Amino acid sequence: MQDLITKIVKRYQSDKTRLMDILMDIQTERGNLSRDDCGRLAQKLKMSTAEVCETASFYHFLTCKEAQYKIYLNNSITSEMAGRKIVAEAFEKACNTSFGEVSDDGMFFLEHTSCIGMNDQEPAALVNGVPFTQLTPYRVKELITELKKGKSPKEAMYEALGDGRNSNNLIHSMVNNHIRKRGAILTNDYQPFEVVKTKLCERSPEEIITIVEGSNIRGRGGAGFPTGLKWKFGRLTKAEHRVIICNADEGEPGTFKDRVLLTEFPELVFEGMLIAAFATGADIGVLYLRHEYKYLLNYLNSILEKMRKDELLGNKINGCKHFNFDIRIQLGAGAYVCGEESALIESMEGKRGEPRDKPPFPVEKGYLGYPTIVNNVETLASVVKIIKNGAAWFDNMGTSDSAGTKILSISGDCLHPGIYEVEWGTTVREVLDMAGAYDVQAIQVGGPSGILLSEKSFDRTLSYSDLATGGSMIIFNHSRDILREVVLNFMDFFIEESCGSCSTCRIMPVVLKNKLQKILNGHGVKQDLEDLASWGKLLKISRCGLGQTAGNPVLTSLANFRKLYENLIQQDKEFDTGFDLEKAVVESCNFVNRKPVLETKNLN
Amino acid sequence: MADTIKIKIDGKEIVTSKGKTILEAATDNNVYIPTLCHFPGVPPKGSCRICTVKVNNRFMTSCSTPAADGMTINNNHDEILDFRKSIVELLFVSGNHFCPACEKSGNCELQALAYRLGMLVPRFPFLFPKKMVDASSPKIIKEQNRCVYCKRCIKTIKDKEGRHYFAFNNRGNKLEVVLDKQMGNTISDKLAQQAMDNCPVGSIIYKGRGFSQPIGTRKYDKEPIGSNIED
Repeated sequence: MQDLITKIVKRYQSDKTRLMDILMDIQTERGNLSRDDCGRLAQKLKMSTAEVCETASFYHFLTCKEAQYKIYLNNSITSEMAGRKIVAEAFEKACNTSFGEVSDDGMFFLEHTSCIGMNDQEPAALVNGVPFTQLTPYRVKELITELKKGKSPKEAMYEALGDGRNSNNLIHSMVNNHIRKRGAILTNDYQPFEVVKTKLCERSPEEIITIVEGSNIRGRGGAGFPTGLKWKFGRLTKAEHRVIICNADEGEPGTFKDRVLLTEFPELVFEGMLIAAFATGADIGVLYLRHEYKYLLNYLNSILEKMRKDELLGNKINGCKHFNFDIRIQLGAGAYVCGEESALIESMEGKRGEPRDKPPFPVEKGYLGYPTIVNNVETLASVVKIIKNGAAWFDNMGTSDSAGTKILSISGDCLHPGIYEVEWGTTVREVLDMAGAYDVQAIQVGGPSGILLSEKSFDRTLSYSDLATGGSMIIFNHSRDILREVVLNFMDFFIEESCGSCSTCRIMPVVLKNKLQKILNGHGVKQDLEDLASWGKLLKISRCGLGQTAGNPVLTSLANFRKLYENLIQQDKEFDTGFDLEKAVVESCNFVNRKPVLETKNLN
Repeated sequence: MADTIKIKIDGKEIVTSKGKTILEAATDNNVYIPTLCHFPGVPPKGSCRICTVKVNNRFMTSCSTPAADGMTINNNHDEILDFRKSIVELLFVSGNHFCPACEKSGNCELQALAYRLGMLVPRFPFLFPKKMVDASSPKIIKEQNRCVYCKRCIKTIKDKEGRHYFAFNNRGNKLEVVLDKQMGNTISDKLAQQAMDNCPVGSIIYKGRGFSQPIGTRKYDKEPIGSNIED
């Protein structure tokens, strides 16, 4: 009998670029990634063990921990706001272990994890990949009791299934879509593959690109690069193969619109990929699905299977002579930075998700060296409607510099968190009204990498020239401690999610966080505020967007909520090391039962 | 000639050929741009960010950016010089670097850059991270307190089949460069020496050879880093 490692390596033809899949398959079969297995795998792939671990150790969901149930509790800010702390304690008590550890009976492994895309239904956790939302200590107790009885996570679900297709047999999840406002993309009148069947082959690829260019659509992931131009560049590069990647690695805390699109409108997304492939002449298609959405995998694969049967994938799609294209799903393994297109490509090639130097851009040299077009889920969905209704129809929506609609993921302190599709040009104030947010102190636009706004900016508009955003909107009312709760949480996120490659992004967020902590501890002086502002500038020379924005929680709160910082600093002091001698010697004082005589402090 | 291009660095006109990076073009023309993670002969990765220059008003790493005709490049400008100094300071505070006790003192590029960029005391508070020293290999000490994550050892030290002796492990501020246990046990003397030489700091020490060249007679004891490039 063949051993497991040999079998799995064979499954991927000993292809090193499929290392991510190989590692995930081993973990699925074995329950964990042991050092022994990594060693044997290294031998088979003619790598050193350290090289295998180089990839494995990069990803949050690849672990050497062995347990029957692996529980990952979201630690994003809305989770905290919804009571994550007591839920975490309930997990520790019920599982009889602590976070980062496996319980003595080997049953439970508890771990924190960055935003899992459930910000509108927190606190949420993944139990062996199955999402559990709106957790309370009571629900935790029930869930763990059921698991201990031997039920699977799916059987142990404590609530009815979620709305829409969440109840589909292949998804079977309690997640809710919470679609609150439908616009041009989220309309219910969509006929799957109508555009591919009726409008595509009668046009030339160049015509399709012209329409997309004419619509003025820009990338919906946040960076806002003109989609038509990206396609044009991709088409221009001569190559044997071209690649379309749909970026479904939505990791920006607070965004969950791609999860909803993939649940409710997966055909629309895949149809967008088909159009992109036709327009650019691509034959390889990949949906890069973040690990947190693994619960959608079987369902999405079933749709691809049906497309193959219906001749919407494969050779001569829909009878078009030179239209050959197929899509596979690449599962991520837990790394925010993989949302950056070149890091995503690295990851797809079986490596750590470290962004590449540009140039060359992926449209010139991307996945396996082929010209590669990476588009956001929402961008691809929008393209279908553009081809259906025309460039002018799309361009007429929104503002002069921002065409079309934007799907917002709204969460935090509001009555109706969820998905809202609005036209560009909507003001922040309108967004807050829509979501039923009152007593608002601040709103985080664009997630932690975006900007923290105060009331005086609520009349600003969502647009590429004013507030460009991938759609994450997190609302904070006046009961929230912005610096202590929000900014610290966001800084922890960037520290956790940095790939570590650039010295700037690896170290500076730690330095900034420590400085903020010093201020929060009451040791801040005026100079500290100046240091934060000037030191943070260094991050802009980092390689990728993550690194360049990793100081934004501190920098934008300092700019827009300076009063909060000023209230914390000592007015009578010009210098403070931040070192608290009294605190540092408490333990030894207690031990010797003596109090030190300090020159500056009057101890009673 | 078709593949001759012209660029300008700090006002100095430079003629170079297409395909060269900004760094190569500068070096060929006696313009010093400081580097740390870069190692000639292997693909650049632009990760230390020290060679950052401003190209047509955008920050780019000169080791990885191809020179293009008409580029206007700022190199020795206050903002950039301060960024470079900041990076060196960050590297000092994020590790545990004790130059007087280090086997690499005088041959260390980080130390030399600190002198060259005029660092006296880092402006950032020291982080004092807890790091391990791996001395398990018979030939090599991997001194984690001094590592700057430049990847030079990862990229250059391989066996005949292309297996890497060194590799990254973990990510973010938990990142470390580790020596593969099995391969570390069998590494040849030649490769161990090469690993130590290619390391810009004192993070890879070839056992027993740390002080074979006396301090005071070493490369940067004699002249500042970059002197061999500048005219």
